[in-house]
Amino acid sequence: MSGKSTGDRRSVLLQGARIVDPSQGLDEAADLLLRDGSVAAIGSNLKAEGAETVDVTGKVLVPGLIDGRAHLGEPGYEHRETLDSGLQAAAAGGFTAVVATADTAPVVDQRALVEMITRQADRLGWARLYPTATVTKGMAGSELSEVGELTAAGAVALSDGETPIANAALLRRALMYASHFGVPILHRAADLQLESDGVMHEGHWSTRLGLPGSTSVSERSIVARDLFLAEEAGGRLHVAPVTVGGALDQIRAAKEAGLQVSCDTTLHHLLLTDEAVHSSTFSTATRVSPPLRSEQDVEALKKGLQDGTIDMIVTDHRPFHADEKEDVQFSVAPPGVVGLETLVSLSLDRLVKAGIIDLARWVELLSCAPARIFGLPGGSLEVGRPGDVTVLDLDAEVTVDPSTFRSQGRSTPFAGWTATGAAVGTFVGGRRVDLPQRT
Amino acid sequence: MSPERYAESWTRKDLVGIADLSPTEIGVILDTAESFVEVSQRQIKKVPTLRGRTVLNLFFEASTRTRSSFELAEKRLSADSLNFSGSGSALSKGETLMDTARNLEAMSPDLVVVRHQHPGVPHMLAKRLDSGIINAGDGAHEHPTQALLDAFTIRRAKGRLDGLRVAIIGDIEHSRVVRSNIHLLTKMGAEVVIAGPRTLVPLHGESLGVEVTHDLDAALEGADVVMMLRVQLERHQRALFPSVREYFRLFGLTEARLKRAKDDVIVMHPGPMNRGVEIDSAVADGPFSVILDQVANGVSVRMAVLFLLMAVRTETP
Repeated sequence: MSGKSTGDRRSVLLQGARIVDPSQGLDEAADLLLRDGSVAAIGSNLKAEGAETVDVTGKVLVPGLIDGRAHLGEPGYEHRETLDSGLQAAAAGGFTAVVATADTAPVVDQRALVEMITRQADRLGWARLYPTATVTKGMAGSELSEVGELTAAGAVALSDGETPIANAALLRRALMYASHFGVPILHRAADLQLESDGVMHEGHWSTRLGLPGSTSVSERSIVARDLFLAEEAGGRLHVAPVTVGGALDQIRAAKEAGLQVSCDTTLHHLLLTDEAVHSSTFSTATRVSPPLRSEQDVEALKKGLQDGTIDMIVTDHRPFHADEKEDVQFSVAPPGVVGLETLVSLSLDRLVKAGIIDLARWVELLSCAPARIFGLPGGSLEVGRPGDVTVLDLDAEVTVDPSTFRSQGRSTPFAGWTATGAAVGTFVGGRRVDLPQRT
Repeated sequence: MSPERYAESWTRKDLVGIADLSPTEIGVILDTAESFVEVSQRQIKKVPTLRGRTVLNLFFEASTRTRSSFELAEKRLSADSLNFSGSGSALSKGETLMDTARNLEAMSPDLVVVRHQHPGVPHMLAKRLDSGIINAGDGAHEHPTQALLDAFTIRRAKGRLDGLRVAIIGDIEHSRVVRSNIHLLTKMGAEVVIAGPRTLVPLHGESLGVEVTHDLDAALEGADVVMMLRVQLERHQRALFPSVREYFRLFGLTEARLKRAKDDVIVMHPGPMNRGVEIDSAVADGPFSVILDQVANGVSVRMAVLFLLMAVRTETP
């Protein structure tokens, strides 16, 4: 079923492409040789005895894309997504690795779960899976998880997911303790009391639509608090995600002051504003958390992509069953949308083709930075690095059609959008990922 | 004047809000309503206009006056109406909105009058159902027939809407009546000022194209129309205002304060009123009050809406 059974010792020579790899300042026409699961050579007119050659003329090869945050449902929420469907979606969308969230049922707060999920993903072979473990036991916000055990088992980050850590003393200790193990703490910066019953960004559109608003001060105030905590406690704070211009400004200032802080944002926060709730007539596909923000926030986020304040773009892929997401009204729909199969095309079109960032920066945001932040072996096509490659066709014309998704989740605010550019294949550990025909 | 001639200029299947309506469409509804006033003044208050047609009143949220007003309008038009209410039916048994919609579809009513505590529900139903949908209030979003009956009442009292200064006072934040009224009045050329304590006025109120003040007297100054809103007494539990006593002192409408308005001001209230909280009885029952006219006009306006939406269905079977 998976390509893994063909063995990693084979060689693959990718010929005729343009290779873009900002980790080594590379953007040129070259061949790429993968051998024994790793990058063996980059150069023009490479020859390799016995290697399978793949003609990728006209395509672009980049270090395998890594999604910094996806909810994959398993264990516990298999009606929403399984590792199989989620990782197939990742591969179809051009990702060679996914950092999975810990908000499964049970939550990932034990070594055995980290190992189980990783093993299962390895067996499937569609894409690498790097698990996140919880900051607190049971994600209950009171006791610290066994960070040493969990990271030893392979957890690459700690996060209580959508649940912000309200207790500042606890987050301070978590930052201190996690620093022993070098893993970042991904924190959703929000003050739930302040957000109260808010279901969308507070502003003109919430006012007009009569929907309870959630003030952006929620994110700004907690980011400010977290930066103070990190400044004193050390450790690695990662704001997941930043969606508000004012919060981004604080992160920028903290980075300039030398603080070890990083952040991401999602594609939907970059491409949509709160107006989408109105223009989609209350579509539950515009119900996300944090909520879609104002136009000024979106402009600020785009600047943050350009000046490097934002480290990563993530999908925050969050599938739900149609019964719970699409068959209900906006106010009661759970927040979250899928993104694994739309991010590459839409970001290539709306960010790169639109001239907001160049392709090298795009690769940095989607591969180099996640590898650096989570301490992963990928993120680069330097010789000796894993043979994880994403093949892009910058001219492919794409229309987003949720019915073709491999993900079980169908709720996306981008249905019907067209884009130029797509991922047309991935290599993981030196072998091509061949997905089964969709049934 | 026969209402049929107005039906020719109406093309919508649903009435989900005022936001999408053009001034012409608003005019058509108000003119149609005018032609139905006469029915309610007859001894036998019934016409056969909607005979054999089914109207479903689907109330997910408690309502006495809006529902009664719709029912009365339906009965006066001879429609077969059926009531579904939030408590004691499947509506409260965890059925999803779309299941409710599918059930409705199976019953194929001509029109569905829907009230729901969540904004957007009538819009979702309108998108998925063939039946015509009338929004009878969706959360704090819209309450189009209330705004229409308010406009109808103002027009009858003042002869026009454009150029009037309308002050809307009270709990703006949680009011669907305000949002529909703002859309309607500004579309028709009136000037709207909203007022209330800052905790009950949206932070982004100005973005709706109205003047915002937190001073009752400033709002009343020169007003042609004063619309008082019901204050939900339990709101003080969420620290939105400290006490009823203080609310009345700051924002309650008394005869003395009303003097700042124009001499021929009219005072309105969508009901139900809290006497002594947002409005003094002397004003509610006084010479400027048109509060009971609003109730009577509500039936004519709803008859007009039912009639127009049904006429569309007759044209396109």
